[in-house]
Amino acid sequence: MPKRKDIESILVIGSGPIVIGQAAEFDYAGTQACLALKEEGYKVILINSNPATIMTDTEIADKVYIEPISLEFVSRILRKERPDAILPTLGGQTGLNMAIELQKSGILDELGIEVLGTKLEAIHHAEDRELFRSLMFELGAPVPESDIVHSVEEAKAFVEKIGYPVIVRPAFTLGGTGGGICHNEQELEEIVSSGLKYSPVKQCLLEKSIAGYKEIEFEVMRDSKNNAIVVCSMENVDPVGIHTGDSIVVAPVQTLTDREYQMLRNISLDIIRALKIEGGCNVQLALDPHSFKYYVIEVNPRVSRSSALASKATGYPIAKIAAKIAVGLTLDEIKNPVTGTTYADFEPAIDYVVAKIPRWPFDKFESAKRNLGTQMKATGEVMALGRNFEEAILKAVRSLETGHYHIDLKHAEDHDDNWIEKRIKKAGDERLFFIAEAMRRGVAVEQIHKWSQIDLFFLYKLKNIIDMETVLSENKNDLEVLKQAKRLGFADQKIAELWDMEAKEIYELRKSNGIVPVYKMVDTCAAEFESATPYYYGTYEEENESIVSDKPSVIVLGSGPIRIGQGVEFDYATVHSVWAIQEAGYEAIIINSNPETVSTDFSISDKLYFEPLTIEDVMHIIDLEKPIGVVVQFGGQTAINLADKLAANGVKILGTSLEDIDRAENRDLFEQALKELEIPQPEGDTAVSLDEALEIAKRIGFPVLVRPSYVLGGRAMEIVYNENELKQYMENAVEASPDHPVLIDRYLTGKEVEVDAISDGENVLIPGIMEHIERAGVHSGDSISVYPPQSLTQKQIETIVDYTTRLARGLNIVGLMNIQYVISDGNVYVIEVNPRASRTVPFLSKITNIPMANVATKAILGQSIVEQGYETGLVEEKKGVYVKVPVFSFAKLRRVDITLGPEMKSTGEVMGKDITLEKALYKGLVASGIEIKPYGTVLFTVADKDKEEAISLAKRFQSVGYRIMATEGTAKKFEEAGIRTEVVDKIGGKGKTLVDVIQNGDAQVVINTLTKGKQPARDGFRIRRETVENGIPCLTSLDTANALITVIESMTFAIQEMPKAEVYS
Amino acid sequence: MKKRLLILEDGTVFQGEAFGSEQSSQGEVVFTTGMTGYQETITDPSFYGQIVTFTYPLIGNYGINSDDFETIAPVIRGVVVRELTKIPSNFRSEITLDEYLKTHNIPGIEGIDTRKLTRIIRSKGAVRAMLTAAGEEVNVEEIVKQLNETPYLKNHVKEVSTKMPFPSPGRGKRVVLMDFGMKNGILRELNNRHCDVLVVPYNTPAEKIMSFRPEGILLSNGPGNPADVTEAIETIKELIGKVPMFGICLGHQLIALACGAKSYKLPFGHRGGNHPVKNLQTGVVEITSQNHGYVIDENSLEGTDLEITHVSLNDGTIEGLKHKKHPVFSVQFHPEASPGPEDSNYLFDEFIALMERAGEEIAYAKA
Repeated sequence: MPKRKDIESILVIGSGPIVIGQAAEFDYAGTQACLALKEEGYKVILINSNPATIMTDTEIADKVYIEPISLEFVSRILRKERPDAILPTLGGQTGLNMAIELQKSGILDELGIEVLGTKLEAIHHAEDRELFRSLMFELGAPVPESDIVHSVEEAKAFVEKIGYPVIVRPAFTLGGTGGGICHNEQELEEIVSSGLKYSPVKQCLLEKSIAGYKEIEFEVMRDSKNNAIVVCSMENVDPVGIHTGDSIVVAPVQTLTDREYQMLRNISLDIIRALKIEGGCNVQLALDPHSFKYYVIEVNPRVSRSSALASKATGYPIAKIAAKIAVGLTLDEIKNPVTGTTYADFEPAIDYVVAKIPRWPFDKFESAKRNLGTQMKATGEVMALGRNFEEAILKAVRSLETGHYHIDLKHAEDHDDNWIEKRIKKAGDERLFFIAEAMRRGVAVEQIHKWSQIDLFFLYKLKNIIDMETVLSENKNDLEVLKQAKRLGFADQKIAELWDMEAKEIYELRKSNGIVPVYKMVDTCAAEFESATPYYYGTYEEENESIVSDKPSVIVLGSGPIRIGQGVEFDYATVHSVWAIQEAGYEAIIINSNPETVSTDFSISDKLYFEPLTIEDVMHIIDLEKPIGVVVQFGGQTAINLADKLAANGVKILGTSLEDIDRAENRDLFEQALKELEIPQPEGDTAVSLDEALEIAKRIGFPVLVRPSYVLGGRAMEIVYNENELKQYMENAVEASPDHPVLIDRYLTGKEVEVDAISDGENVLIPGIMEHIERAGVHSGDSISVYPPQSLTQKQIETIVDYTTRLARGLNIVGLMNIQYVISDGNVYVIEVNPRASRTVPFLSKITNIPMANVATKAILGQSIVEQGYETGLVEEKKGVYVKVPVFSFAKLRRVDITLGPEMKSTGEVMGKDITLEKALYKGLVASGIEIKPYGTVLFTVADKDKEEAISLAKRFQSVGYRIMATEGTAKKFEEAGIRTEVVDKIGGKGKTLVDVIQNGDAQVVINTLTKGKQPARDGFRIRRETVENGIPCLTSLDTANALITVIESMTFAIQEMPKAEVYS
Repeated sequence: MKKRLLILEDGTVFQGEAFGSEQSSQGEVVFTTGMTGYQETITDPSFYGQIVTFTYPLIGNYGINSDDFETIAPVIRGVVVRELTKIPSNFRSEITLDEYLKTHNIPGIEGIDTRKLTRIIRSKGAVRAMLTAAGEEVNVEEIVKQLNETPYLKNHVKEVSTKMPFPSPGRGKRVVLMDFGMKNGILRELNNRHCDVLVVPYNTPAEKIMSFRPEGILLSNGPGNPADVTEAIETIKELIGKVPMFGICLGHQLIALACGAKSYKLPFGHRGGNHPVKNLQTGVVEITSQNHGYVIDENSLEGTDLEITHVSLNDGTIEGLKHKKHPVFSVQFHPEASPGPEDSNYLFDEFIALMERAGEEIAYAKA
C-alpha cells in the first residue's frame, strides 16, 4: 500500500527523561522514526522533555517542543499545531500512556487527530490483564494461571487448584513491594498476609510460578496488509524469574530445535496479527526445558528496549520501518536499508552470536539490594558480537567497564564455597562471575545447573572458557594455544596474567605472528546477498571485510554503557562530533559497545565498529584503519580514560593533548596550573593513606569534601564533618593507595555555577553560564541548574568569564571543557575542570543554538572558532529562562538513600523553559514527574542546623494554604515562630507516626534533611524510602524546597486578610 | 582432533578440524542460512550430492533426536560448520551431531571461516569441492584438477527415490505421493490431514498410478536438475487433468516442464528459512523455507497453461504456479517447513479442498 496522502503533519511523542527501564533506546527509536517520516515527506512535530537527546535537535524534526509530556502541555501543542495525526508507539511507555490520556480527554476527537501505528484499542488489549487473557484464550495461547485474592483463605484455595510454587504480587505497590515466591503453605501465609497489608487496595495477584523455564523473546513486526515477520529471536541466559532487562541475553536462540522455534514463532505471529499491531511488538515467552509446554508471559505493543537490541543485533532498523508502516507503507514495498536491494519483508539471518549484559548501578549504590528479580534495576547495557558464544560473552564482559576484562570474580579469595553457592542460587548482578569462580573451584557443571537453572548449553560454554584458562597456564608461549584463546574471546590482559607477561607483550607477540582480528560485516542476511552496511565486529577469522578507504579518517570513541553519571548526553556529543568530522571532509569512524544509542546506528557514521572500548580492542581497529587521530573528549570518562594508553601506543589524540588532560585531571598538576594562572580554588590536598588524610583535614578544617581522583559522577564522594567520619570513609568507601589517591578539599558552602566552553587553543567561546539551585555539595548532575544565572553580579560573571578563558588557554584546551565554580562569600573559586564534553552540552547547545560538540570538533580538526563564524567570550544571553531538572529512578532501587549529596544519583534530566524562572521551574518539576498541588499538606523533618531556614519555608507554605506537619522538635520551633503545626510522632511512636502519614497519603510533600549515617536503620532513611515507595515528592535540600514553594506561590493568587483598621476609641 | 581440508575447485583451501566420518567426500558445496533445523537439513534428500555449509556458526547445540528426521538415510556429502557443539542441551537430544554423522558415514569440518566460504559461493555459484580424509596429507593441486574434471552429478532422483511403493495409511483422501527425494514432513502433513497415502517410486508409470484410484497426486521435492527426470515429466503430462495435483519444489518444476515451461540454474540458489514469497492472490508475503538451485523461467511460460501465483520478493523469480484449466498447482518452496517457518502450511489444506471439490464434481457428473 502506498503511503498516506491524506495526512501532512505528524506529532511524535518522545519518552521523556532517562529512567531505569526507559533509556537511550527511545532516543534511537525516536530519531529513526522522525527521520523516516521526514524522508517520506511529512512535517514532523516532536515533543520530548529530555534535552539530552538527538531527537530534540531541530535537524531531526521540523518543529521541536521541549516541554513536559503531560496532558496539559501536549494538549496545548496539539491545539497550536493542529497536526493531522500523532505517533505514540516510539516513545516507550511514556508515549503510549500519553496517547491514551489524550484519547480519554477527548482532544483527539475534538481536533480530528488520528493515532498512527498500532491503534489504541490494540494497545489496551495488550496491556489490560483480563482482555489480554481472553484474547490468549481465543488464540489457544497458554498464559500462566493467576487469580486475584483478598485473603489468605482465597490464596490457599487457588493454590489447591494449581499447586506450588506461586508468585505473589501485591496490587498497586511500587517495585513489587511485599511480593515473592511461595513454595509451601507457611511461605504462602506469610507472604500473602504481608502482601495484603502492603497493598493499598488489600489485593494480591497470585500467579503460577514458571521460574526456571527458558525465557524466549521474539521481536515481531506487522503491517496493515497483515504481513508479519520475526526480526530477531532472543534467548535469556537467565531463566524466567529475572526481568529480561536484567538478564544476560543472547541472539539468536541457541537451545531450541526447529520445532520448538517454529511453535513459538507461530504463536508470536498469531498474537501480533490478532492484536492488529501496525509496527513493532515484543513477545515474551516461557518454554519448559523438559517438554513442548510454553506460556506467553507478556506482549509489548510498541518499540522497546528489546527492539533496540534486536535492531543492533541484526542490522534491521525496527523503529525506522515501524514509522514507515505507521504512515501506510507495507513491509513488501519498503526496501531493506541494509542490502539496498531486497525488501524489509524478510527475516534476518545472522551468522554470529550476540550477547547482551546489563549494566547495573550497584557500584554507585553499594547499599542497594543486588538481587535480581521481576523488577528491572539496570541503567544500561552492553552488546558484543562474536563468532561463538564464548567470544561474545567475554567481549561483553570487558565492555561493561566494571573493571573486568575476563569473567574473574573480584576478591574471589574472600568468598567461601557456601557464599558462592548462595550467590549462584539467588541471582544477582555478579552471578556470571560467581559461576566462573565455582567452576574454577571444581564444582560440576550439572551442580551449577541445579543451583541456577541456567541451561547446560550456556554453562558448558562457560566451562570452555575456564578450561582454556588451564590450557593457557600449562602452555606458556604456545602460539597455537594463543590463537585458540583469542578465538574464544580472551583479552590479552588475561592471557598476560596467566603467562606472567604484560598485555602489551602479548599484543606484540600476536602482531608479529599475524594473530590479529578481522572485521566481519553485520548484513542481516548471513552474506547471502551483497550488502554495503558499514557495520562491523571483530573476530579471529581469515577474511577481513572492512576495507580501508583512501579518505583520511578520524576515530571517535563512544561512551559505552549508560550508567549513573554517564548518560545519553555523551552519546549526543559523540554523534554531533561524527557529523562535524564528516562536514570537515573526513571519514568518521565510531567505536562503541552500547546497543541502545543513536551513535551505534550504522547510518550515523561512515563506519561503525561494535566493539568493547578497551585499549586492546580499540588498538586493533586503529592498526587497521590508520586514522589521522582519535577523538576522546566526547565519550565521557570511558574515552578519556583510554587516552594515555592510546598515546603510549603512538596514537595521536586529537584536541587537548594527553599532557594537558592530565594537568586538568591530576590533582597536583592541576593545583600547580591554577597557581600559575592565579585562579583560586578551595584549599585541599591529596592523601594516599589514612594518616595523611587526617593530617590534611586538620590543616584545612572540617567539613571537607573527600573523593577518589579520576572519577565520574562523583562516585564515592562525600562531605565529612569530623574525624570519625573521615576515618570511616577512608577505611570503608575507598582503598587509598599511591595508585589511587584520595582528594580532600575544604567544603565551601555557596552557590555553584557551571560553565561549558569551547577553545581552539587561542579563542575561547563560552556559550553560557548555569547557576545551580542547590548550594554546593549537591552533585552538579543532581542539581537543578538554571540558564541564565539569576543571582550573579556582573562582576562575578566577568570573573567567571575571565577565569574560564585563562583556564582554557592555560591548559591548552582544544575542544570542549567544563568548569565548576563555587561562589562563597562573594568570591569565585574553581572546584573542578573537565577537559571534555560534559553532561550539560546538549542542554546548552539547545538553548543557545550553538552546536557545541560540532564547533569543538571542528576546532579540534584545525578550524578556528573565529573561522567558524563565532565571536569569542561569553555569548549574549538568550531570552527566557531554562532549567534542567534531574530525574531519579529510586523506586526501582530498594535500600538506596535518596538524599542528594556530592555523589550523583540521578539517571536522567528534563528541561523546563519559559519566560520567568517560576514558570520554567514549574515545567521542569512537572516534567520530572513531581505533581505540584496548589494546596495540601507538607511534612517537615529537618536537622537541627536547618531548622531556622525551614521556618521561613514553612511560613510560605502556610500562607499559600498548605497545612504544616512536623515532628516534635521541628514543630516546637515552628510553633514558636507562630506557625500552626500538627505534630506527628517519630517512627516507633504511639500516635500517628511519620510513616503513617506518608503511607496514608496525608502529606503531599515531604521535606527531609535528616542525613548523616547511611545505615538503613536510621529514621531519616526510612522516611525517605517510604516517600519513594508511596510516590510522594521528598525534597532533601532546602534549596529545592525553596524552588518548589516559589513555584506554588507564583501559581496561586495571594490571599491576605485586609489590614485591620486601627480602632479609635 | 584431526585436521581436514575443504578444497574448492577454484583452488581455495580451508583448513579445519575433522568430525563425523573420517573418510573423504566430494560434492557441490552450498550454504544454508537457517539458524535452527540442522537435523532436518542434514536429512533432507534434496541435498543429495551436496556438501552443506551452515552460515550460522554454532551447530549441534540441541543434538539429534529421533523425531525430526526428514529421511531415514541422509544423502548429503558433507557438513561444514564454524563450530560444532560437543555437548548438546535439549530434552529430546539423544546423540550428538558428531555421533550421528559418524554413524551415517558423513564427513564434517569445523573451525573454518564459513562466512568467507559463503561469500565465495555467493560470487562463484555452484562450486565443486572436496572434504579430505581426516588427518590425511594430500596434493591440493591434484585434487583441484580432479574437481574441475568431475562432471556434475545427474540422476539424483534415482538415487534417493524409494525403490518400492509403501503405504502410510489414513482414513481420508487417497493420495499418491510421487517420491523424488521426499522429505518426511510432506508425508506428515498429509497424514495430519488423515490422508491415505501411497508413496511410489519416481518412475512409476501413469497407468499404474491411476490404478490406485487416487483422489490427488502430490509430487515431492527432490534433488538436482528437473530436466534430468524425463520419465517423470512424461508421466506427469499424462496425469494432468485426471486428478488434482500439487507439486512441491522439484515436483513444482516437473509440473512446469510437463506443461512446456523451461528451467534454469540460479547463480547460488535459495537455501534457508527466511525467504519472502509474495502470494499474488492475497497480496500477503509469506516467509518460506527454501532449498533449490533451479527455477522455472518466467519467459518460458508464454504459450503454456500456467499462471504465476507466487513470486520471490527478493529476486522476483517464480515461486508458485497454477494450471489455468486443471486442478493443478505447485510451489517452489517448502510448505511442510521442517525446518523453517510454517506460514504456508495452509497449502496442504488447499490441496485437500481441491480434492474435495474435484470429488464433488465427479459425483455431480455421475449423478
